Amino acid sequence: METILVLAHTETDGSLAKPVREALHAAAALHKSLAGSKLLVGLIGEDVQAAANSIAASPATKYFGVTGADFSVSRYATDAAAAEAIFKAAQATVVVAPATSRWARVLPGVAQRLGGRADTHVTGVAVADGKISVNRWYYRQRMEGVLTRTQRPWIIGVDPGSHTPCECGAGAASVEMVPVNLTEANKRTTVVGIREPKADAQTIRPDAELLFVTGAGWTKKQADGQTHVPEAEKLILGFLKQARASLGSSKSLVDLGGEGQAVLPFLSHLNQIGQTGATPRHAKGLSTCCHGEEPHTVGWRFIGERRAISLDPNCGWARGKADVLYVADAFAVVAKVNELLAAG
Amino acid sequence: MSTAYQIVVCGSIVPDPLQTLEPIASPTGPALKNEMMLPAVLDPWAGHALYEAANLAKNQPGSKVWLVSLGPKAKLQQVMMTVAQKVPFELVALDGSASGFTDATETAAALADAIAAIPGLDKSRLLVFGGWESASRGAGATMQMVGERLGLVDQFQGVDQLTVNADGSLEILERIEGGKHQVSKCAGAPALLGWATGNLPEPRNNPQVGMVNMRTVMPALQKAKPTKLAGEGLSFASVALPKQLRETQIVKDKSPDDIAKEIVEWIKK
Repeated sequence: METILVLAHTETDGSLAKPVREALHAAAALHKSLAGSKLLVGLIGEDVQAAANSIAASPATKYFGVTGADFSVSRYATDAAAAEAIFKAAQATVVVAPATSRWARVLPGVAQRLGGRADTHVTGVAVADGKISVNRWYYRQRMEGVLTRTQRPWIIGVDPGSHTPCECGAGAASVEMVPVNLTEANKRTTVVGIREPKADAQTIRPDAELLFVTGAGWTKKQADGQTHVPEAEKLILGFLKQARASLGSSKSLVDLGGEGQAVLPFLSHLNQIGQTGATPRHAKGLSTCCHGEEPHTVGWRFIGERRAISLDPNCGWARGKADVLYVADAFAVVAKVNELLAAG
Repeated sequence: MSTAYQIVVCGSIVPDPLQTLEPIASPTGPALKNEMMLPAVLDPWAGHALYEAANLAKNQPGSKVWLVSLGPKAKLQQVMMTVAQKVPFELVALDGSASGFTDATETAAALADAIAAIPGLDKSRLLVFGGWESASRGAGATMQMVGERLGLVDQFQGVDQLTVNADGSLEILERIEGGKHQVSKCAGAPALLGWATGNLPEPRNNPQVGMVNMRTVMPALQKAKPTKLAGEGLSFASVALPKQLRETQIVKDKSPDDIAKEIVEWIKK
């Protein structure tokens, strides 16, 4: 009989982020499929009562909490101690957790501490013949595996965006507080703050409906034999602003910026998608001036509807990968798109 | 205050990213078709970790870099012919599978044991580096497990920048959601850092560095400890390439204005 623990951390305002609700949805489905299983929730944060109340109508039968100022920050030593304490209090066999940056940092270490196993970037959780199986991708999203494990505890980190959020209603939850004894060794690291681009310079928006992918073609010579980098910059930033899109880029374009060339200065390795970059999840994706075959196209593996603009009708980035390929000059099309979006 | 760090970089090899990969079933579980024939490279994020380690060692006099690598000996040798020309390091080789289908826990155990066995290891000066994920398993789990086994509880993942302050403390930038970085200050070594891209370009090949490195690389490969990763308790029901091939509609004969209108309608839908 499995005891399933959903392990979550609160946000700085005490709320639960969407990935927590997604993990809860996956865990609840697991609980439903495993006869006799128990579903529990563990919450870590400065104060977890409001978070517990916000999901009080979930199928979980018990809530555990570790609270205090030391647990408000994302720090390995304190998060590991808190997760370990909750796990022991819950006597869990399976832990389902959202693979946020905070949990991705700490949960594999917790699995090691508990003598268990951890699987991360999980995109599907199922039960067949009474056995739990998980789906995850290998070799940078190029092949998908389905695996099972006999070891317990088994920590399963669910990739944000891979499950629908649970519709758990609010109510009044009773939270059993779990004490954690921290030592000075747990506090050698201090979280100083968050560094982020200015609001108008932020081009990575994980919650955006649309991913706008820019390729190296934006910096190449155009029909007049000249490059038009300042114009490309204006068009791309204009599109991001008007469409409220997130910006992804090919490696080649990002590397040009890193080599000190005056090329699209707002791009960094954080924008990079693909083989050595991110594989973000968005409902729609529009690629412009991208080229290349697999494996470069893994960057939009998890994009729903895909359209591409390219001058090459046989572009490997788009053929068989996109729903629609517009054979056209991206400069002209994006300029008009910006004009139409601005007009409302 | 300058600290002479002992920087241990964990990094293995992966198939060249430009190769076509196809999974097959083998007697020991999933594998890649013609795996031993595929050209290999140093795992990209582990490579960034190595270059950052070498840069730190250069700026902190007395520091030394080790590269602990688990992979098939013959493939390691091939990759080291190139990597050894990049930056100075001493290789600690483990002869075993570098497959993405091996278990992170077993890999971590082998790496941690190899690190703990480095002669003269001084934990108070120890920095363990590695990639925050590999380009094979891509779990982002191995380094944390190595850290736990070595008793390191100051761990950082998705690191893009490390600064050693005048007082010996470490300022670390880690990637978090939304294109942001969390800034942390750690009292100092020991610590574990899983690197993302960092800030350094790939160093140029330097034959002189290669000559010096190869004096220790070849003996290290010769005495590489055979390491079995059994995959205890782990079984794969399937491993497959994605089959989804989209029916791409090619639109060739529309004006930019018409295409723009269609795209705007699609965005707003």
